[in-house]
Amino acid sequence: MNNIKAIWEANKVIASFTIMGLILLFVGMNQSWALALGIFNMSLISAIMALGVNIQWGYAGLFNVGIMGFAALGGVSVVLIAQQPVTEAIDAGGMKMFLSLIIGAVTVITGVLLNRRGVNKWLTAVVVVIGYLITRYYFSEAADLIEKVDPAITGYLGGFGLPIAFSWIVGGLAAAGAAWWIGKITLGLRTDYLAIATLGISEIILYVIKNEDWFVRGLKNVYGLPRPVPYEVDMQQSEWFQNIIAWLHKSELQLLTQSEQIDQLGIYVREAAVVFVKLCYSSLFIAILGAFIILSNLALNSPWGRKVRAIRDNEVAASAMGKNIKRQHLQIFVIGSAIVGVAGALLVTYDGIFIPTAYQPLRFTFLIWVMVILGGSGNNLGSVLGAFIIWFIWIQAGPMGLWVVEMLGNNIQEGGVFLEFIEDRVHYLRLVFMGTILLLIMRFSPGGILPEKNKEL
Amino acid sequence: MAYLEGKNLVASYGVVPILHECSVEVEKGELAVIVGPNGAGKSTVMRVLLGMLEATEGSVTLDGKDISMLSTQDRIAQGLAFVPQTKNVFPSMTVEENLQMGGFIREDDISKTIEEVYELFPILYEKRKQLAEELSGGQRQQVAFGRAMMTRPSVMLLDEPTAGVSPIVMDEIFSNILDVRNAGMAVLMVEQNAQQALNIADKGFVLVSGRNEHTGTGKELIEDREVRKKFLGG
Amino acid sequence: MSDSIDIINAFALLTNFVILPALSYGSQLALGALAVTLVYSILRFSNFAQGDSMAFGTMLVILISGYMISKGWTITGFPTAILAIPLALVGMSIYLLLMDRLVYRHYRGIKIKQSIVGITASIGVMFITGGIVRFFLGASAQRFGDGERFIFSVREFKAFTGLQQGIALKTSQFLTITLAILLVAFLFYFLQKTKTGKAMRAYSDNKELALLSGIDPDKVVRITWLLVALFTTIAGTLYGLDKGFAPQQYHLLLLPIFASVIVGGIGSPIGAIAGAFLVAFSEIFLTYAYKKFLIYLLPLSMHPNSLVQLIGTEYKYAISFVILIIVLLIKPTGLFKGKVIVDE
Repeated sequence: MNNIKAIWEANKVIASFTIMGLILLFVGMNQSWALALGIFNMSLISAIMALGVNIQWGYAGLFNVGIMGFAALGGVSVVLIAQQPVTEAIDAGGMKMFLSLIIGAVTVITGVLLNRRGVNKWLTAVVVVIGYLITRYYFSEAADLIEKVDPAITGYLGGFGLPIAFSWIVGGLAAAGAAWWIGKITLGLRTDYLAIATLGISEIILYVIKNEDWFVRGLKNVYGLPRPVPYEVDMQQSEWFQNIIAWLHKSELQLLTQSEQIDQLGIYVREAAVVFVKLCYSSLFIAILGAFIILSNLALNSPWGRKVRAIRDNEVAASAMGKNIKRQHLQIFVIGSAIVGVAGALLVTYDGIFIPTAYQPLRFTFLIWVMVILGGSGNNLGSVLGAFIIWFIWIQAGPMGLWVVEMLGNNIQEGGVFLEFIEDRVHYLRLVFMGTILLLIMRFSPGGILPEKNKEL
Repeated sequence: MAYLEGKNLVASYGVVPILHECSVEVEKGELAVIVGPNGAGKSTVMRVLLGMLEATEGSVTLDGKDISMLSTQDRIAQGLAFVPQTKNVFPSMTVEENLQMGGFIREDDISKTIEEVYELFPILYEKRKQLAEELSGGQRQQVAFGRAMMTRPSVMLLDEPTAGVSPIVMDEIFSNILDVRNAGMAVLMVEQNAQQALNIADKGFVLVSGRNEHTGTGKELIEDREVRKKFLGG
Repeated sequence: MSDSIDIINAFALLTNFVILPALSYGSQLALGALAVTLVYSILRFSNFAQGDSMAFGTMLVILISGYMISKGWTITGFPTAILAIPLALVGMSIYLLLMDRLVYRHYRGIKIKQSIVGITASIGVMFITGGIVRFFLGASAQRFGDGERFIFSVREFKAFTGLQQGIALKTSQFLTITLAILLVAFLFYFLQKTKTGKAMRAYSDNKELALLSGIDPDKVVRITWLLVALFTTIAGTLYGLDKGFAPQQYHLLLLPIFASVIVGGIGSPIGAIAGAFLVAFSEIFLTYAYKKFLIYLLPLSMHPNSLVQLIGTEYKYAISFVILIIVLLIKPTGLFKGKVIVDE
């Protein structure tokens, strides 16, 4: 027993990742490769998000309860950068919208300046209110004009039509900007204020996205976003791809007649195209995740990282040594949120559509949290591992729950209504399940699976 | 056997040993002072006597009964009272409420005890409706004493009652302590201001590194050449 | 057309659509905010599970009142939900005490930053609670009020006063305001006058000294959860009677409730109440469309043709957030001096 424990302690990083890999392989072979790769890719994106949150929580103990808001900013960037501009809409209301936003900005700046100069508060308030009313007047007119342009297909301004890869950077910057603003206000105050403020900002970001149709189409969603990887249809039609697949399945195909061969090859090619595209995404995400891990490890070993660790290990001593904790925390908060923003952009890139209602604020925010804490807060590899485990459970728990219910149903003959009720609702129990996992780890293994050395919760 | 007696106490914080066979005692109507350099374990003695820290060896007896195994709250019910060094009042409660909270565990009528406290510290009666946080340092210390007296204790333990106060307030607090002693209680206090404390003490213990270095009456200790040289600055 | 009548009409309109709704919404928020304040003062963390706990309490009320209605145990004209509260309260108390026993109690015994561990743990509890509620009632919105909808309706009011503009007093509004006043009065009496209430304040003020005074911490915590159960269940039920029940809506109440608590000064009960009404009135004043109000007051030539709404209704949660940010920028301690509990 002790032996096994010692071996686990020595190799647990490799061992735990190997086990996770084997589980995914098992899913691939028994369920489908498309499903296994789907879980794999989403796990990678979650891992990037978890990495961002780990930097905030694990390195500095900063609460971010608005992860979905920052991820949504990344998603918006994809639409704004990669979509083609809608010229009719821009002609119809673009100028007016621009004007209203300028007036709005001027109002805000004037307000801030007047306040700093110590001008009478009521006067300042009046100026701001008047500015707001003018802004709102032009704004709603412009929004109406834009939204009237072919509402079934566009009804929004569109984007800049730039390569989608730019949007990942812009997504990171947008999230960083929001984080800087929130951090500037709440860091240095009580711990819970940051948590509450991030919850608030994330809700507001989502409300804006859902309600401002002229911006990113609101609840009407944005479809057909460009892709950084080939389309399945193109793959199916390209000859070299067909040849490779034919070669791979040579032995099976030889057993069939010629017409059967063509049909069967078609099926293989179709399946393979899906897998191939997913693999393209996988390599892209692995590259980005790897880059972030390497960068953050490099950063942690730099003089900057030593300061971060000093503050993490002993806040009081560090502040006594004259280290500026608030500034340090702000930097960490911004960096972590930027990474979440990039992950949010990748998520929309991967989905190919932008659906505001998919950002269920606390639910997915919470999943990322469980990932970080399960993996071992403070440990980057732990967050990656946590992302894989939790995403896997989240996806598989629904079907597994249903399966359990059906098994029960086979044994209990009566009570059909009751069973239907449970089948209908069983997926909500995932929330209960995840909450329980979180509480159990906190209680019995606060370090997580791969605990960071010298780090307490 | 003295009224309150801690005998051959051994205690440690985790693996760090603090007390090595340290003994203190105090009689009713007597003021005993524990002095010594920083880190000598003075406050630890208090914590052990109160049961806030468990002694690995030695015993604590009150009026001949062994109370070593009792919890802090049970010791308080037995007649011990404690005034911590800092945070020794309920700041957002009135003076009167502070006193009521002091008598929380008593089932009988506490109004008479409150009156006794007011008699001892008349200023508290005037300020009884005021919040404790609005009082001056010396007055707040009176509230702290008064709160501790509400259980009608036979022993009062004070942890550095004059830490961080001006000399005038210090005199005020010392005179309050003498009032408490004259009311018939056994008072045991830890003090930084060794000279002044020993001046009014009936008995003194000089602690160094968790051991009794000198013991005697206040007067003896002040006159002791070695004690003067080492602890009283000549 | 006489002008003074128009002014009365205009204010009747405002009373009906702004003041009464804001008063009852404010009362609901205040009860929720007081529950957060209690947990914060005694257990020293911000309870993120508050919104979902309110949903849980309301769920119990819905289930119990549903059963009562099916059995015909109702009082004509009176909402059965209110009759179901006592029983729901028992269930809610058991649930909260169980959560305390299983989750929170462990961390009180160890030396750790209570605020951080408390938020994390309460987020876990929030999900468990939210999951249970959705499992039993589903995620969609529903109404569960029965009985008389109005104390007096617009028509009755118009007939009585002869005004053109009517005011209606909904049963839910009336019950909300009455119950809120009673509960707040009870809470303040309890905290200021009873021995147990004072012990709670003492514990919140200075935990070490409270222990030295022989105050039983477990009892204080237990009573706190019982009070939280009381406020949470009633706040949730009243909100649901007023606006319908939807789990997500309850979950999001967290934002205005936290805004109320921080605006008022975290840890201060009076502050929580003041903050709640500030948030509620701002929300409703700013999202109300003033068109009709102005038509009453202004001469014909100046009648507005737009809705004259300062902020779209869809952004009402943004208002609590903006208020929160302004307070954090200007006076982070809140309007009333709150209790600053240092991390221990």
